[in-house]
Amino acid sequence: MFDNVWLIPLFPFIGFLINGLLGKKIKNETVIGGIGAVTVLGSFIVSCMTILKLLSLPGEERLAEVKVFTWITSGNFNADIAFLIDPLSCIMLMVVTGVGFLIHVYSIGYMHGEEGFYRFFAYLNLFTFSMLLLVMGNNLLLMFVGWEGVGLCSYLLIGYYFHKKSAGDAGKKAFVMNRVGDFGFLLGAFTLYWFMGQNHNVWTIQFTEMAKSSHLLPTGGIVTIITLCFFVGATGKSAQIPLYTWLPDAMEGPTPVSALIHAATMVTAGVYMIARMNYLFIRSPETLMVVAVIGACTALFAATIGTAQNDIKRVLAYSTVSQLGYMFLAMGAGAFAAGIFHLMTHAFFKACLFLGSGAVIHSMHHALHHVHSHDDAQDMRNMGGLKSKMPLTFLTFLLATIAIAGIPGFSGFFSKDEILWQAFSNPHHGGLNLLLWGFGAVAAGLTAFYMFRLVFMTFYGECRITPKAKDHLHESPMVIVFPLIVLAALSVVGGYIGIPKVIGDTLGGIPNYFEHYLEPVFKYSHEYMAQHAAHGGHHSVALEWGLMGLSVLIALAGITVAFTMYVKNTELPARFTAAFPALHRAVFNKWFIDELYDFVFVNPCKAFGRFLWKGFDVVVVDGIVNGVAKVVMGFSGVFRYMQSGLIHNYAWTMAFGVVVILGYYVFK
Amino acid sequence: MENLNSYLIVSAILFSIGTIGVLTRKNAIVIFMCIELMLNAVNLTFIAFSRHLGNLDGQVFVFFVMTVAAAEAAVGLALMIAFFNNKESIDVEDVNIMKW
Repeated sequence: MFDNVWLIPLFPFIGFLINGLLGKKIKNETVIGGIGAVTVLGSFIVSCMTILKLLSLPGEERLAEVKVFTWITSGNFNADIAFLIDPLSCIMLMVVTGVGFLIHVYSIGYMHGEEGFYRFFAYLNLFTFSMLLLVMGNNLLLMFVGWEGVGLCSYLLIGYYFHKKSAGDAGKKAFVMNRVGDFGFLLGAFTLYWFMGQNHNVWTIQFTEMAKSSHLLPTGGIVTIITLCFFVGATGKSAQIPLYTWLPDAMEGPTPVSALIHAATMVTAGVYMIARMNYLFIRSPETLMVVAVIGACTALFAATIGTAQNDIKRVLAYSTVSQLGYMFLAMGAGAFAAGIFHLMTHAFFKACLFLGSGAVIHSMHHALHHVHSHDDAQDMRNMGGLKSKMPLTFLTFLLATIAIAGIPGFSGFFSKDEILWQAFSNPHHGGLNLLLWGFGAVAAGLTAFYMFRLVFMTFYGECRITPKAKDHLHESPMVIVFPLIVLAALSVVGGYIGIPKVIGDTLGGIPNYFEHYLEPVFKYSHEYMAQHAAHGGHHSVALEWGLMGLSVLIALAGITVAFTMYVKNTELPARFTAAFPALHRAVFNKWFIDELYDFVFVNPCKAFGRFLWKGFDVVVVDGIVNGVAKVVMGFSGVFRYMQSGLIHNYAWTMAFGVVVILGYYVFK
Repeated sequence: MENLNSYLIVSAILFSIGTIGVLTRKNAIVIFMCIELMLNAVNLTFIAFSRHLGNLDGQVFVFFVMTVAAAEAAVGLALMIAFFNNKESIDVEDVNIMKW
């Protein structure tokens, strides 16, 4: 049925091989970019066929495993190269290949004329390949291969401009922080495999097998440890507190990379992983609470930082961290479908926003370059008034901004509101629910504020670069604008496949297609909930409407504040800064978290390394090595005089030796 | 076979003379001759035992020893000529530059 799914990861891999091995010789940008984009388009087409086939099956049969070959067999341990096709992986396939394809197309225009054009596309294809392995792998090990692969590509692409020290440092930071998370992932996987095998004789790392035997697992206890380990992995990859600081720095990479890897796909891997193993997480109330609290805190915390950044990409980076926090909040509330729904809509509007910002930066860069200005092309304080210069970019950007701000009718509203409602009404966290909802709602207001601040600073008001440079500002070519339009359209309509129940009922019984579609994936969690947990208090429909209205009001308030501060009365921000200098300084400097980490982790590590170098290596290790050499030299200084060069001496020694040995045997 | 001891005594005397010659003489050719003396002392022992025990192994051994001695003589004399060409001497005291 799904025999050809192995083509999906194969296409980008072929693209990677061609561009990686021959790209330097091909030189022609159209050919290189074409190979990069067409291979991903091939994957997208096969993905579409796969999801259509899947939808033609009845709900409970929507699960297939396609084994390509046996990879490792050792005793009880078995790992295949095999792909898992179910509603969840299909959604991810669509997002990765669909958004990925658009970003590949965009990159052809954006990266035009860059040195190492072929390198960029080779990495991008390798990334797509790894990401597809991650979402399609039917066992933990294959998923981990993809998991590491995307980490590697992320590192390579952040450091794409490797001649810039800041880019190299950012890549290193991302890699090291991800290693911390990966370690957690591995520990979780090992513990799970060992525990299931030792106690229940189920030696498996296959997701479907694990799901089937998940009823053997206890509630809490060891499951809490396992899931917390996995969650550490998720915080690393998906940039959650405490491992989020690498993502804003990752903006050193080219903008299409930020859109594809650091907004739409890779950073959602942690969310996907939790959804994939929902039957484990649901069994540990403690872990769910940790996930929800971390998610809510990250959503709020990152949003506060986003309000004071001036670099257009950094604002979007903190926004991504914040939105990922929402997804984890949903996961922690046990609303896995809502989290995945937000993952999808977020992929649309955030990719659109990043690509839009890329178009702006591109245009700014060229304009500034023309007049030999060294002003920062990414600093919003240099922008302004771009609305008339780049109308299409502005329009798509505005639509995506409305979507992320959660204005009713746009995709972000449906997914975010579903998460907020689930955070409020889920049966897991009792009194904490109100706090979780509050954090989410405040973060939603801040999101609306900083996103519209960004729009107003960039597209409205007076243009703040020199008039001469201003004349060189122009709309981007079609190859850049086309993906923007598609993504903007998706961020408008993408939400309608998952209309929350309360709205659907009012509109005459439109079901939540998305949740219904994902039902089979979360079947084991639902069964568990039906057996164990007390049902959450029944909340009235009016309450749900009320909360929805409230969150919309909060978002509108955020927009209004942004409008007042950055359009109507532009002195307000300066006055605000003057009134609360300490607060502004803290937020502007990202609450000094990087400095804190430097102080607590980085500098002690460096000091320890220095001690090992100066103290241990130089004194102890070198001391032993040189000491041995010195002792040998001392002895040999004495004994070398035995080598007199006189044959008689040698002959006498030999004769004497023979006599001694013979004497020993004779007189023994 | 009471005269086996006599052979062995003669052999021991020859071997000792050879050894002392090697250890004390300085002329390389004399040392060389002393080595030959030692080898032949051993040959004498081999023959004596071969006869005493009534098997031919020892005699075969002697042939080998003689062959090796002949080869050694050729190499040794060549070395001495080469040395004499360089140093105008065949005194082993002069062969002493391979040292610390």
